Amino acid sequence: MSFINYSSREINCKIVFYGPGLCGKTTNLQHIYAKTNPDLKGKMISLATETERTLFFDFLPLALGQIRGFKTRFHLYTVPGQVFYDASRKLILKGVDGVVFVADSQIERMEANIESLENLQINLKEQGYELDKVPYVIQYNKRDLPNAASLDEMRRVLNPMRAPDFEACATVGKGVFETLKAVAKGVLTDLKKMGR
Amino acid sequence: MFETQLVMHEEDFQKILVVIQRLVRDANSKGIFVVDKNGQLISEAGELEGIDSTSLASLTAGCIAATGGLAKIVGEEEFPIHFHQGQRDNLHITLVGSRIILVVVFDERSSLGLVRLRVKKAGAELARIFEDIEQKAKLEAASGSSPFAEITDDDIDNLFSD
Repeated sequence: MSFINYSSREINCKIVFYGPGLCGKTTNLQHIYAKTNPDLKGKMISLATETERTLFFDFLPLALGQIRGFKTRFHLYTVPGQVFYDASRKLILKGVDGVVFVADSQIERMEANIESLENLQINLKEQGYELDKVPYVIQYNKRDLPNAASLDEMRRVLNPMRAPDFEACATVGKGVFETLKAVAKGVLTDLKKMGR
Repeated sequence: MFETQLVMHEEDFQKILVVIQRLVRDANSKGIFVVDKNGQLISEAGELEGIDSTSLASLTAGCIAATGGLAKIVGEEEFPIHFHQGQRDNLHITLVGSRIILVVVFDERSSLGLVRLRVKKAGAELARIFEDIEQKAKLEAASGSSPFAEITDDDIDNLFSD
């Protein structure tokens, strides 16, 4: 749910990175944080367990520049990927403006990808959202691993809606900003449509 | 379906500011923050201005969301008042209406009783202001007036031209 503040001339939008456990959602945010000009980012918060698994969420506020005199600010969140944290995932999806689904390309994680994508659709639906109506992009992460499924296979299984999709290797940053730009663009385009 | 987008105009922003600046004085508090349930900071007042209020807003919303989930598990609709006691500073968090969170930071110069008393009155005022804001937003959405209708694809592309 974007927040338009005429007083400070700001637009604030919420983007959620979703996906199965250990797919690289937090790594995406860490890369964005590491590579962004300090003037444009706030503090990154990670509510994680002692073994650095996301417990509740990661949060990174980011400023992208001005549009028509309004500062655009994006709040990036990740959800905890592990199956049993579903209650937390539902909470974090509230008021979402755009979704990135981070898929793990390893062939043995395909089932986990499918399960997580179904879970995303269910949790969005509970809040009255449909995945095909929300600005949405897919990132196929870990493309560098030898056991990665083919791109065609990933697309066939995970992207029947033909959402914008990107290959990535978040540990080295490949594809991370392309994904972020695509979802941010989707959110702003949506805002433009809503204004019509 | 979708909630109405939160749209804040200057006059509403000023009304909120008046209420929370008065609350800072009346409750002898260090700082007040008004936060949207989705984690967006709406307004702040008091001597804590300058702290990382963006993180504060996001974490407050997370905290409210988590306890709201807990409330439902035990059969409550919400836990509308939260109190966190620290060694020096304390947090008093209240739900105002359906989507706004009022955070009061206070120390030994005030007391929980005083904060509760003052928050009750200020919370009711804020609830009325936000009802007005929501009504206005609905009317604006229905009339289709928005500065973003004029955004061009080029405007969006320019944002990403490195």
